[in-house]
Amino acid sequence: MDLFLQQTVNAISLGGTYALLALGLAVVFSIMGLINFAHGELMTIAGYVLMFCGLAGMPFVLSILLAVSASVVAAVLMERIAFRPVRNASGATLLVTSFAVSMVLQVLFQNLISVRSQPVLLPQILSESVRIGGFVIGVNKILAIVATVVMLIFLDWFMKRQKAGIAMRAAAEDFAVARLMGIRANTVIAGAFALSGLLAGVAAVLWVSQRASVDPLMGFMPVLKAFIAAILGGLGSLRGAVAGGFLLGFIEIYLAAFLPPEWQEFRDPIGLALVVAVLLIRPNGLIPAPALKAQKV
Amino acid sequence: MAPLLQATGLEVHYGPVEAVRGVDFEIGEGEIVVFLGANGAGKSSTLNALVGLVPVQAGTVQFADSDITKARAETLTPAGLTLVPEGRRVFGTLSVAENLLMGAYGIRDKAQVAAAWDRVYTLFPILHERRGQFAGTLSGGQQQMLAIGRALMSNPKLLLLDEPSLGLAPKIVEQVFDLIVTLRDQGVTLGVVEQNAMQSLAIADRGYIFAGGRIVGSGSAQDLGESSLLSGAYLDA
Repeated sequence: MDLFLQQTVNAISLGGTYALLALGLAVVFSIMGLINFAHGELMTIAGYVLMFCGLAGMPFVLSILLAVSASVVAAVLMERIAFRPVRNASGATLLVTSFAVSMVLQVLFQNLISVRSQPVLLPQILSESVRIGGFVIGVNKILAIVATVVMLIFLDWFMKRQKAGIAMRAAAEDFAVARLMGIRANTVIAGAFALSGLLAGVAAVLWVSQRASVDPLMGFMPVLKAFIAAILGGLGSLRGAVAGGFLLGFIEIYLAAFLPPEWQEFRDPIGLALVVAVLLIRPNGLIPAPALKAQKV
Repeated sequence: MAPLLQATGLEVHYGPVEAVRGVDFEIGEGEIVVFLGANGAGKSSTLNALVGLVPVQAGTVQFADSDITKARAETLTPAGLTLVPEGRRVFGTLSVAENLLMGAYGIRDKAQVAAAWDRVYTLFPILHERRGQFAGTLSGGQQQMLAIGRALMSNPKLLLLDEPSLGLAPKIVEQVFDLIVTLRDQGVTLGVVEQNAMQSLAIADRGYIFAGGRIVGSGSAQDLGESSLLSGAYLDA
């Protein structure tokens, strides 16, 4: 039973990170119909900022702020430089553009920083753990869960209580009519990217604090997982992204913990088969997006 | 005095398709002007071009003494020109109040927005009653009220309505037409695209008849109602 609880904490922690990443993908997709595969490189950028800040001996809290800010700025620049010129192009063009951005950034990291994985100095406290009742939880896991909850509450508040957030929901549903209301396309899209950068930045801090290293391809796997999570939840649906992220986290962790040793090498195929099974039952995802039409500007 | 809105030689193309082929018309302050004609005659394209949702291929549009031919949709609502699109297109996943809030999105003057809330909730008590409900759960008639209310939130000088009676029960259609008259009495100028020719001419001051992307007839509502042009415009298309 203790093992089960322990693994549940791990699953919430990992699922929360997937949820934040999937949310970032969903926010952008819901507004401009773009699946941004360069989302992972936002994580990597935040990871490198953490590394450099660590080398410079900055306090960790300041490092986090800088890393997340860097990710937000990078996301906004990415939209301005790469995606704005192709905004009205087909979904395939947008997708290929995002792959191009992703690869350009990976090559830049490899050439300007290093091909190898770099260690990130983290405060000692992150690798410690606390005993709660009968079981032991790593501080980094607690941090991940708390950060996820705070981000989800913030996002919910922003989308429901802030005029800019309501405008994003309106634009996601019907962009042409949103423009009729005086909502500027550039502002809403830049806002969506900034939000996705914020989510990627926080996810990167959580990801790095479990691993203490960063490499040029760091963002690829988690964003691939987040993409699966976003589809599992219902592409373009924010609630779906959260549900999909947590479900994927649970599937991965439970399979790793409870699958018999001789089955472990089939863990990923089994996990993906479960995802496919869910999609067979709910083809539009767990919580489908209300307007499954991805309006263009 | 110059009319509130004046279009000269307006053309709208969708790729090779010429939807509007050079039309001239004007809407004077305080008027109700209807645009009649069959489906595909170019009426909706004309309205969409006026508000900048589709590009104007040729010609000019003047609104309140400024040239808005190339203006983008998001700048026109704050300037006092807005459109209630065909099919209502309320934001179904937003609450009624959020829809109305979005209607005032581009308006900076807080006092003006506060007055707009009062005005819309007075005109449509049902919207106040249902303000917390998702717009997608409203009936068709209520959604049309919401779409018009949302447009009124920006306190427009000129309100364009695209097929406001489409798909509504006869009794609700009557309410919509009554509302158009009420709004005119409150000082709003209205341009209305309608299929419902006779009923809309009954409340309009003037009208234009569209066919094949051109204006084939115009005049006072009374003259148009009695002319044979009207039935021709619907039959030819």
